[in-house]
Amino acid sequence: MSWDEFFVTGDPLILASQIGIGLTMVGLIALITYLKRWKWLWSEWFTTVDHKKIGIMYVLAGVLMFFRGGVDGLLMKAQTSRPELDILDAQHYDEIFTTHGVIMILFMAMPLLIGIMNVVIPLQIGARDVAFPKLNAFSFWIFFAGAMLFNLSFVIGGSPDAGWTSYFPLAGKEFTPGVGNNYYALSLQIAGIGTLATGINFVVTIIKMRAPGMSWMKLPIFTWSAFITNIIIVAAFPILTVALLFMTLDRLFGTHFFTVAAGGDPMLWLNLFWLWGHPEVYIVVLPAFGMFSEVIATFARKNLYGYKSMVYAIAGIAFLSMLVWVHHFYTMGNSAAVNSIFSLTTMMIAIPTGVKIFNWLFTLRKGRIQFTTSMLWSLAFIPCFTIGGVTGVMLAMAAADYQYHNTMFLVAHFHYVLIPGVVFAVFAALYYWWPKMFGFKLNEKIGKWHFWLFVIGFNLTFMPMFFVGLDGMSRRMYTYAESTGWGAWLGFSAIGSLVMAAGFAALCYNIYWSFRYASRDVGNDPWNARTLEWSTASPAPHYNFAVVPEVETLDDFWYKKKKGETGLKKADLKPVHMPSNSWTPIVLAGAFGLVGFFLVFEWIPLAIIAAVGIVIGLVANTFDYDDGYHIPVDELEEEEREWRGDLE
Amino acid sequence: MKAMKKLIYALTLLFIPVLLAGCESKLLVFDPKGPVARSLTDLIVYSIILMLVVVVIIFVLFTYIVWKYRARKDDGDFEPKEEKGNHLLEITWFTIPIIIVIALMIPTMKTIYEVEDIPKGYKDEEPLVINVTSADWKWIFSYPEQDIETVNYINIPADHPVQFKLTSAGTMQSFWVPQLGGQKYTMANMQTNLYLVADKPGSFYGRNTNFNGQGYAHMEFEVQAQTEEDFNKWVHEVHNTAIDLSEEKYSEILKPGVLGRMTFNGTHLEWIDHAHGGSEKYIDSELYRIDHGDDEEDQEEDHEEDHEDVQEENENQDTEETSDSATTDHSHH
Amino acid sequence: MTSHTTTPLEYNTEQSQMNILGFWVFLGAEIVLFSTLFASYFVLEHNTADGPAGQDIFILKDVLIETFILLTSSFTSGLAIHSMRNHDKKGLLIWMIVTLLLGAGFLYMEINEFIHYVHEGATIQTSGFTAAFFTLLGTHGAHVTFGIIWISLLLVQVYRRGITEKTSSKLFISSLYWHFLDVVWIFIFTFVYLKGMVM
Repeated sequence: MSWDEFFVTGDPLILASQIGIGLTMVGLIALITYLKRWKWLWSEWFTTVDHKKIGIMYVLAGVLMFFRGGVDGLLMKAQTSRPELDILDAQHYDEIFTTHGVIMILFMAMPLLIGIMNVVIPLQIGARDVAFPKLNAFSFWIFFAGAMLFNLSFVIGGSPDAGWTSYFPLAGKEFTPGVGNNYYALSLQIAGIGTLATGINFVVTIIKMRAPGMSWMKLPIFTWSAFITNIIIVAAFPILTVALLFMTLDRLFGTHFFTVAAGGDPMLWLNLFWLWGHPEVYIVVLPAFGMFSEVIATFARKNLYGYKSMVYAIAGIAFLSMLVWVHHFYTMGNSAAVNSIFSLTTMMIAIPTGVKIFNWLFTLRKGRIQFTTSMLWSLAFIPCFTIGGVTGVMLAMAAADYQYHNTMFLVAHFHYVLIPGVVFAVFAALYYWWPKMFGFKLNEKIGKWHFWLFVIGFNLTFMPMFFVGLDGMSRRMYTYAESTGWGAWLGFSAIGSLVMAAGFAALCYNIYWSFRYASRDVGNDPWNARTLEWSTASPAPHYNFAVVPEVETLDDFWYKKKKGETGLKKADLKPVHMPSNSWTPIVLAGAFGLVGFFLVFEWIPLAIIAAVGIVIGLVANTFDYDDGYHIPVDELEEEEREWRGDLE
Repeated sequence: MKAMKKLIYALTLLFIPVLLAGCESKLLVFDPKGPVARSLTDLIVYSIILMLVVVVIIFVLFTYIVWKYRARKDDGDFEPKEEKGNHLLEITWFTIPIIIVIALMIPTMKTIYEVEDIPKGYKDEEPLVINVTSADWKWIFSYPEQDIETVNYINIPADHPVQFKLTSAGTMQSFWVPQLGGQKYTMANMQTNLYLVADKPGSFYGRNTNFNGQGYAHMEFEVQAQTEEDFNKWVHEVHNTAIDLSEEKYSEILKPGVLGRMTFNGTHLEWIDHAHGGSEKYIDSELYRIDHGDDEEDQEEDHEEDHEDVQEENENQDTEETSDSATTDHSHH
Repeated sequence: MTSHTTTPLEYNTEQSQMNILGFWVFLGAEIVLFSTLFASYFVLEHNTADGPAGQDIFILKDVLIETFILLTSSFTSGLAIHSMRNHDKKGLLIWMIVTLLLGAGFLYMEINEFIHYVHEGATIQTSGFTAAFFTLLGTHGAHVTFGIIWISLLLVQVYRRGITEKTSSKLFISSLYWHFLDVVWIFIFTFVYLKGMVM
């Protein structure tokens, strides 16, 4: 392979980004060196096992990936804004919609949600950390390695170009012989290991580490949704692991799982992909439901209406999510009976979802609704998601789907589900839990700019897509003829996407502004909220709780506040056991990333050498008998006094 | 609350197009020209009406609640009462969606079964069989009974059932003529079936909806429904004027690229049916290689030359097809 | 923190309990993984293209011996855990080493079996069937290999540190893993070999 094949060349757009990326990297390294921050970075962040810091790193990575995926989206909108434009050629457009999809689902939505879970769940259940802190750090770093490997494809070797669904036979080596789809198989595999580890970690954390007295029906609703989400992760991600393994073998070692030749079955990929892919949709949407529930209850100043039915609804959705995958290919020529059954199971998801919508509405009813930015996101979610939901029901009807399938109507639908359902939720959660993460609020005024620009831009962008879809425009078309008459709709949509981008810019500015100027005096409970995370300092101390709280009811903290029982008795303080930092997670993840990179280019000997690094990391890990350390009572007392004043 | 008014205003504005859509019947899916498409459109319109009712109820409830229970400055230290929930209400909104699902499921199932078969009223007629073979990035249509093969267009008799036997020579595609009926995948080594009828003579837009690489956006075709008489005339003309399809010519057609229209005597089914394997010998991965960098342009030029050659030949041999554009005109607008 | 009264040694600390529960959840994920491999195998089983089918190449006798070896190793690993609970370090080491030797024997036979298939013209690249077959068995075999290395490292720790709360929970977990691989093999034996010979 020659160098000009190795680096992607020949496109000014990519060349500019290559230079940009190079300069940013050099600049960052120079800046850190100049500020003498390497040691600090290593000991405070790279080797940390603190769930809050890991959560923050997840959020940071997610926001970064949101930017990358968003730029992809804007380029697509620019290219299709007028008929027969020439901003991108077919190949680049194909690469860009592929990376847009993969990044937004796996490297934006997932880390943002997992990041918020990381910050909030242990605090919400009154725990000092997750069950396996070191594994948690490994989860993050290996996710990060996967994400970076995937992004590398942009400048080295060429991006994947078979769509985020990577359908075979197209994704097979006969039809896409470059390294692009190797990147897809390997980076998703690597990131997937991290997600699976997170799933196991949180299932155990929530089963085993709940505060004394917090029985299942006293569990905060966000924790419930996270618990069920992580069960789906454990149940669904191994399917992706196997599918990607087959894909890797097909592409790298010439096997015939999904090929046209020698008895391969491309439709097996479709089934495996959606057996994972559909639950994946709920993996990103369910925690979002939990976040909205917390925010709505807090700012309606009421408890969540129908808590139990909310829990059952989440469980019901999770169960049904496993039984609907065929609706992604009604048009494969299944028998009428099969399509009827899957139409029914798919539509049934509307039942628990409807229950949730009404429970939210009735939480608001007779409340005292405060329009904080966080609450605005949660409110806007309800109508926007309703549109996504009803169009989902329409798509679920197999016969009608024969006319919607693979069209822009479908694209509009899933953006109406995923943007209100995930992105709005993440924004709501960030505004809500930001003080707990950093000790200051995001600015409310800039936040409102962010909100209005983004919500209006979102509707302008995706509403027209329903109509071009019904007019026969299929998805993933890089160009279209003037005579189709789609130009007006899509031009409108492109303008909308700019408004949305302005909203995102407002968020970035808000983060910058608030870091510099926002008041640091927010107290432990700035929103007058209901759950345990608000009972400890903001930002939460590294040991979370000086004394593990005891829980009597749902929303225990709310009632304790009313009774004035939130104080801390000095006599209750005991030394707190904490896990030590560890270098193995980041090194192991780095080794995985290297193996992945070498495999992408099919440099097998190099991959084997890098794999030795993984083995060394694992061996070192099993011989690691570090028991952590204890924080002495004096230190706890001092830290608690800082925000509580005198102890009882 | 100013913010709330703005929210309501913005949302109302957004829904005007949705409401208009019901009346404006120009969108292809709402402009069916055959019994199959019509039964799908009926189902779609029915579901839209039902869903609009749901949307309106939720939006009205939402707006009313958010407006009525907003925090006011004169609230003082009013503290909302805690509510556990209400079994009766929760059962109600558990039951309502069930009723809606049933109301949607019955016509859905009816339509699913209906469109798998020859449309009602045409059951006595022997359908015209067309074997569809999709390839990168063109549509190949074989008329086994008429012994004709066309590329990127089909002529069919109007008011007469047509059975499409769909398969692919490589990647997966989806065959869709929105005004005549729903779509179906075309897959190598497999055969799927689709029945369509056009009410009257006319031209209909057809395309691939399943992404399959660089030429995907151009993978369109035209369906021309003609009177029985015109159709027979066309068949006759092809037999008299078109050249014979040879195996070499066929392999050339299958090479990845975008083509214009072509017409041949004879079909490729004589030597290969992609529904039953054997496609791999036509697949050459080298032709799919993308070189980033300088050679890219050279390669593309070569490609285009090939493409032109093919088109020239095509013009020479094209018999009846006088349409000037290579791609289908989306002329209903 | 510890109580030597009722619970077995490996469950003594809270962290050990969480580790064991976490491993069970992991085994849940492994079940999904192997189920997917089995399902894919069933889909591709008859897609032999021009290559051989299962009944053309399987040697039931060798497979029976492999099955017997692996089942025995599961039993000996159980004996090892029993010794561990009795604080019998020597018994634990001996039975675990026997387990590992049996595991290695199994691997040796399986590799020979694969070489035989390759000679018969069934490589992983031959057909959909061979791809699914070798991947399913290869994944199981890779698990066994990983298990042997992992348990060897644990035995080093037991040898150095003795049977402690930590080493015991680690060994207990590894024995769960070993039993799990045995169960997977029973499914492979039944649904790949026996079914392949009959059908």
